[in-house]
Amino acid sequence: MSIWGKVAVVGAYEHPARYAPDKTAYQLHAESARGALADAGLSIADVDGFFTSGVGPIGLISLAGHLNLRPDHVDSTSIGGSSFVSHCIHAAAAIAAGLCSVALVTYGSTAASDRFAIGTGGGAGIGDPPDHFEAPYGPTIVGSYALVAQRHMHEYGTTSEQLAEIAVTMRRHAALNPDAKYREPITVDDVLASRIISSPLHLLDCCIISDGGGALVLTSAERARDCRKPPVLVLGGAEAVRHAEIGRRDLLDVAARQSGPLALARAGVQHADLDFCTIYDSYTITVLATLEALGFCAPGEGGAFVGGGRIGLGGALPVNPDGGGLSSNHPGMRGIFLVIEAVRQLRGECGPRQVPDARLALAHGTGGMLGQRHSGVTLILGRA
Amino acid sequence: MADETRYRKPLPRLDEETRGYWEGLARHELWFQRCRGCGTARFYPRAVCTVCLSSAVEWIRASGRGTVYSFTVTHQNQAPGFREELPYVLAIVELDEGLRMMTTVVGCAPGAVRIGMPVEVAYDDVGPETTLARFRPAGPA
Repeated sequence: MSIWGKVAVVGAYEHPARYAPDKTAYQLHAESARGALADAGLSIADVDGFFTSGVGPIGLISLAGHLNLRPDHVDSTSIGGSSFVSHCIHAAAAIAAGLCSVALVTYGSTAASDRFAIGTGGGAGIGDPPDHFEAPYGPTIVGSYALVAQRHMHEYGTTSEQLAEIAVTMRRHAALNPDAKYREPITVDDVLASRIISSPLHLLDCCIISDGGGALVLTSAERARDCRKPPVLVLGGAEAVRHAEIGRRDLLDVAARQSGPLALARAGVQHADLDFCTIYDSYTITVLATLEALGFCAPGEGGAFVGGGRIGLGGALPVNPDGGGLSSNHPGMRGIFLVIEAVRQLRGECGPRQVPDARLALAHGTGGMLGQRHSGVTLILGRA
Repeated sequence: MADETRYRKPLPRLDEETRGYWEGLARHELWFQRCRGCGTARFYPRAVCTVCLSSAVEWIRASGRGTVYSFTVTHQNQAPGFREELPYVLAIVELDEGLRMMTTVVGCAPGAVRIGMPVEVAYDDVGPETTLARFRPAGPA
């Protein structure tokens, strides 16, 4: 039984808050749920499937209580920032299988107003067994991605200028997004002049820290016809993980290399069919490594691929028209915004940053620490 | 030896799967596991082979020599214990036996570290029973 094309995203809402010391994380979940359900033209009483992450081991139950939901199907898959992309695949499967009919996915975080240093202060604890062999040495999250960047430069001659081009492009997009946190243009020289956080990554190679929230509503393609907005179909998806591989990890073999081709095959589409991508841009290297791994260019060609305006609006493959995590918002787990922006673009709602006649999109979330262990989730979305 | 009361970085804790590794480091020896069933070497240590699922294991002493597979000079880390030591070099070292492990490179200027650089293990006693395997530029073999 194929699930692809049978389920649609019918509601999408990105909370406009970027700094919200007057709000709680649960409030951002609730306000985002309200926005997405209104977008879909559905009520909270219609929700019978609930998906969330970033809320603690039994946080889904607590949050269901906060929203007073009594769902028939729940999923708190927690694989880092990509979790919410994963939830869309799982929701499509659950709806196609009849486990629920209206799935609500929510996210909320007050990382910025909590002054949480996500990339350089939160990754050093010991929890799982592999941590005993890593945390004593002080890997930061930035550092973990930097290990991949350094290796990429060594193997392929990729330069800091090429990585900076990604940050500059995201900022150019953010200037067209009134909700983006940082909208002032930057140059390659600005990126290179910003301080090194963990070599070879500069401050402006790193995503920003913001508050934020978002929500999605999915239902069957059949029921979607009665919703308020044009449905966006879930056409394909796949997940993968990478880890230390008993001491043999190739740092440049990222999870997208597995999930990307599988998702495209499941959707029955080719790279050339895609009108744009939303790609988790925790760091500039994340975008470059993901584009290569997804197969948009050969390994080692990512540095050249991201130049010349190719990934900018108006280029052959626009990436993150909203400005991404590098400029628009990054409350810690950004995956949900990849799907929200893809849905808004496919509906043609994006005003000055609209990709003309966007019909088919790829969203790819990365979660965890790229150089140690991470998840990759690829989702293919298209207009009905 | 570091004064444990002032040591603020995370300390590894040995358990039944990893005891041999940490006890080896405490004697200033670097050991890794090899499966007696299929011969596959592995790091970090664990009870069950990921290839053939055998529980039969032997410990092999590593030469302690390797090369830098990748590294990053860490300039920002707010975590206690690390922020006082910035900048430091986080690295993945590939042992001559082929296994890659996370570590830090010490004993040279951070700016001198390169991928491919030969290194050798430097034992760091961070507590009465806890030793970490760091690496420094290799001397003559």
